[in-house]
Amino acid sequence: MKETPLSNCERRFLLRAIEEKKRLDGRQTYDYRNIRISFGTDYGCCIVELGKTRVLGQVSCELVSPKLNRATEGILFFNLELSQMAAPAFEPGRQSDLLVKLNRLLERCLRNSKCIDTESLCVIAGEKVWQIRVDLHLLNHDGNIIDAASIAAIVALCHFRRPDVSVQGEEVTLYTPEERDPVPLSIHHMPICVSFAFFQKGTYLLVDPSEREERVMDGLLVIAMNKHREICTIQSSGGIMLLKDQVSALTSVPVRTGHFSEVFKDYLVTKRH
Amino acid sequence: MEVVMRADAKVRVESGTESSPRGPGCSLRHFACEQNLLSRPDGSASFLQGVAEKSQERLIRNTCEAVVLGALHPRTSITVVLQVVSDAGSLLACCLNAACMALVDAGVPMRALFCGVTCALDSDGNLLLDPTAKQEKKARAVLTFALDSVEQKLLMSTTKGLYSDAELQQCLAAAQAASQHIFRFYRESLQRRYSKS
Repeated sequence: MKETPLSNCERRFLLRAIEEKKRLDGRQTYDYRNIRISFGTDYGCCIVELGKTRVLGQVSCELVSPKLNRATEGILFFNLELSQMAAPAFEPGRQSDLLVKLNRLLERCLRNSKCIDTESLCVIAGEKVWQIRVDLHLLNHDGNIIDAASIAAIVALCHFRRPDVSVQGEEVTLYTPEERDPVPLSIHHMPICVSFAFFQKGTYLLVDPSEREERVMDGLLVIAMNKHREICTIQSSGGIMLLKDQVSALTSVPVRTGHFSEVFKDYLVTKRH
Repeated sequence: MEVVMRADAKVRVESGTESSPRGPGCSLRHFACEQNLLSRPDGSASFLQGVAEKSQERLIRNTCEAVVLGALHPRTSITVVLQVVSDAGSLLACCLNAACMALVDAGVPMRALFCGVTCALDSDGNLLLDPTAKQEKKARAVLTFALDSVEQKLLMSTTKGLYSDAELQQCLAAAQAASQHIFRFYRESLQRRYSKS
């Protein structure tokens, strides 16, 4: 089904409101929507709600042969799917551009930042390594898919436990959860994407755009950062020209990123397993 | 229309309904339901129960087609999208329950509600209602029924494994008894939801 087009009066209304520093849901320029994280019954299953945007994340693992040029490293595989229930426009086969862009950004944020220690996933060098697969499903689209997806991915990875293995010579023994407690993954840091939407050719800026705001925005800047204010990925789309100090000023805005990591720690501590 | 949707969403029940303690003779697991949790689709429901894909889609579709009053909405397409969060046994029955609740939440006219019940027969011939994943694997036969709410008639049945005719009747009777509990849960859940708005 085609997306219903945005009417001109709605577009004008949104842009006028942004000029007057007002947002439809009453937030300020740098305010994030409420984030709620709930966990499923299995390890590695979580649902993240960023306002009304909802992403389901699931992590699974498997023993496989490693890649030829990386014989001592485990394999990480990320996959984000835009479910048809998220928005009427997301039909299978119709969403390729947005899907590719989101998947690429997620991969760069999580894989290239080396937040997961892949060396620790090696069981027998050159023969058996763990392949960790992160599946994300967008259940409801109310703007800012990438932030919700990155939170879901990193929380699911933190929550996940892989089966314990022991190696004796060439023999690998895989223990069931009943025999030995499953082992968490080795995670160095937790990068999260923060999105900035630009309006009126870069004059106005909003953090965490909702779906309506995304429709009228000119450009989007996504910065992936961790608690230590280290930047993992920056992506700017829409042809917005930003000065260097503007970007540095923005990277200091997610003081909230420190807040996120605290939120995760709370959830993981209360989730006593 | 957007304004109306927002008003609805504010009023939506934050937590769903859970099933109350059941009397003796019913060995269904605990179930919980939440409705209208997504803002984009017209109706949505999440069904938690306890805890071969194209063919299952076809079964759910056939069941829905049997109850939905399609003649009232010509040239309309109704899409039911189901996302499995976790599978702890009785998956098809849970999908059927979720589909029914979602159709109700969307306001689609139906001639009856429907529910799904799974029975498993183990090697000794004992009947297990609403089996867990482990019980399903060890069972000799697994039977899933979709029953309607008006007269508990059978809408759809799918079975896997060996069983006798008498055992089939026995499972069907047990499923019909269990469906009463599920329909009562539907009613409570909907009452809870609409009493808050």
